[in-house]
Amino acid sequence: MTLVTAGGVTAPFSLLIIILGHTSSPLLDTMAAIEILGLEKTYMVGFWRKRPKRALLPLHLSVEEGEIFGFLGPNGAGKTTTLKMLMGLVFPTAGSARILGQEWTNPEVKARIGFLPEQPYFYDYLTARELLDYYGQLSGVPAKDRKRRIEEVLDQVGLTDSKGIQLRKFSKGMLQRAGIAQAILHNPKLIFFDEPMSGLDPLGRREVRDLIEQLKLQGKTVFFSTHILSDAEALCDRVAIIHKGELRGTGAIEELTSSVQGKVEVVWQGPQIPASMKALSAECHVSGETVRAVIAESQQDAAIDALRRERRRLISVTPLRTSLEQYFVEKLQHSETTAGTIA
Amino acid sequence: MSARILYIASNTFREAVRDRVLYNLIAFALLLSGAAIFVGQISIEIERLVVVNLGLTAVSLFGIVIAIFIGIGLVSKEIEKRTLYTVLSRPVRRWEFIVGKFFGLAGTLVVNTFFMAIGVFAALLYVAHKFSKPDAFILVALYFIVLEFLIICSLALLFSSFSTPLLSAVFAFSLFVIGSFADDLRAFAALAPGVARWFATAAAYLVPNFSSLNVISAVAHQQPVGLQLILQNTLYALFYTAMALSGAVLIFERRNLK
Repeated sequence: MTLVTAGGVTAPFSLLIIILGHTSSPLLDTMAAIEILGLEKTYMVGFWRKRPKRALLPLHLSVEEGEIFGFLGPNGAGKTTTLKMLMGLVFPTAGSARILGQEWTNPEVKARIGFLPEQPYFYDYLTARELLDYYGQLSGVPAKDRKRRIEEVLDQVGLTDSKGIQLRKFSKGMLQRAGIAQAILHNPKLIFFDEPMSGLDPLGRREVRDLIEQLKLQGKTVFFSTHILSDAEALCDRVAIIHKGELRGTGAIEELTSSVQGKVEVVWQGPQIPASMKALSAECHVSGETVRAVIAESQQDAAIDALRRERRRLISVTPLRTSLEQYFVEKLQHSETTAGTIA
Repeated sequence: MSARILYIASNTFREAVRDRVLYNLIAFALLLSGAAIFVGQISIEIERLVVVNLGLTAVSLFGIVIAIFIGIGLVSKEIEKRTLYTVLSRPVRRWEFIVGKFFGLAGTLVVNTFFMAIGVFAALLYVAHKFSKPDAFILVALYFIVLEFLIICSLALLFSSFSTPLLSAVFAFSLFVIGSFADDLRAFAALAPGVARWFATAAAYLVPNFSSLNVISAVAHQQPVGLQLILQNTLYALFYTAMALSGAVLIFERRNLK
């Protein structure tokens, strides 16, 4: 006997659809792409290797499937150490992790993930096409699909014209593109990028941003570390902030930047700043014909009235929100203050 | 053998070829043809002896130098240049990487030896004008030289899995020199008194026995090489190589790639 569901699909068939992954189930929706369970790393330094240096304090972090997750922190914060541990390049002192529902140490899980290291360097005696062919072989991409896939990703990163050139003749930006190509070649479900924008010119950065957005649209999860906050703010669904090996905060970009500061930004066009605006103790910045003023939210109506009276052309009135940069600096300063208090 | 080992091996071979390692063959060909002409002019009756001795010794030394200088960089260069990161972040086991690298270098040396062997036989033909039956044992000597290369490759890999390239080169070359006198070392160890004898004997057996793999002089004097020695040396070289490679794998499996 078969049951007919509300959608008119018979029950065994809908079950088959769920198994094949063509529809979502609550269980699949909530599965984390990455679960970091207390990973930590302490290096022993000094001549006798007896002095411990904590590179990463126990880190607990979860990244949902399909999101773009930014791992932010200043240089030396522990971002690369975390990524290297997830890739099995560095062994943690304690803790564990699960990637795409499997133990992170399972080599098979690596067929489903892509990784772009920071400032990548590749076998420079190979051409871009040979490099991708080699990585395709190692990732288990079948020979019949490999050639097509290589052409696709070369096109995606804009290296089609340079595919036959040895990598030793590549510029830094071209190497970064080759690095991105090798990370997405085998169509992974989850991609780790370590500082993907470094070495790229503004146009290249824009292209990488677009590429990351495309990956999200394809349903892939992207975990990228960066210290460039504007990239994170433009791209990420959620971010985590790490400093001196310790997680300082985590949350959705909208949540972190939603707190209104009680101030508004008023922009208008006019030859000079009216005296009535000066009276509102507005901080004004003139740029050609455009004036930008920041005033208290309570004075918003008075400012608009004043501009009307002076017959100035009002362009915008926008509440000021906390930027990711402000949040980031606050988190870092807070930790410095706490550390100072403890000390 | 896993396909990944094959891919890593063929990439290592390609690297050696593109880095012009096989250009040494030109130097070898010039050396050998010059020597053959020179020997042909000054030697009477012993041209064959000199050419075989010189040719096979050159094959061995050229190969050892290549094995050590490529072998010590196989792992350390990949770590230093961070090319290893994009390999080990794929479904590649660390042991597969080490074994693949080993086969890649071994393959390079076999190809190198093949071309150098052609040079030796050509020089021999130039001075002797024809091949004789005992010349077939030159092939055995070449086979033993390849076995030497396998041992040296695995030792270079072992040292490079935990040490700097410079120290690895020093260790590997020292072991090659000491191992070339392994028979003498074992004889000296047997003469040591008391407990020292045990330690000296253990140490003498720990170094690779390259002296039993060296049949160049015997072959040059047209002496035959027994089947038993061939079997014994094959098993010894394979066992020693496997042990050194296992050591390299054990160390590399635990290494943090900072």
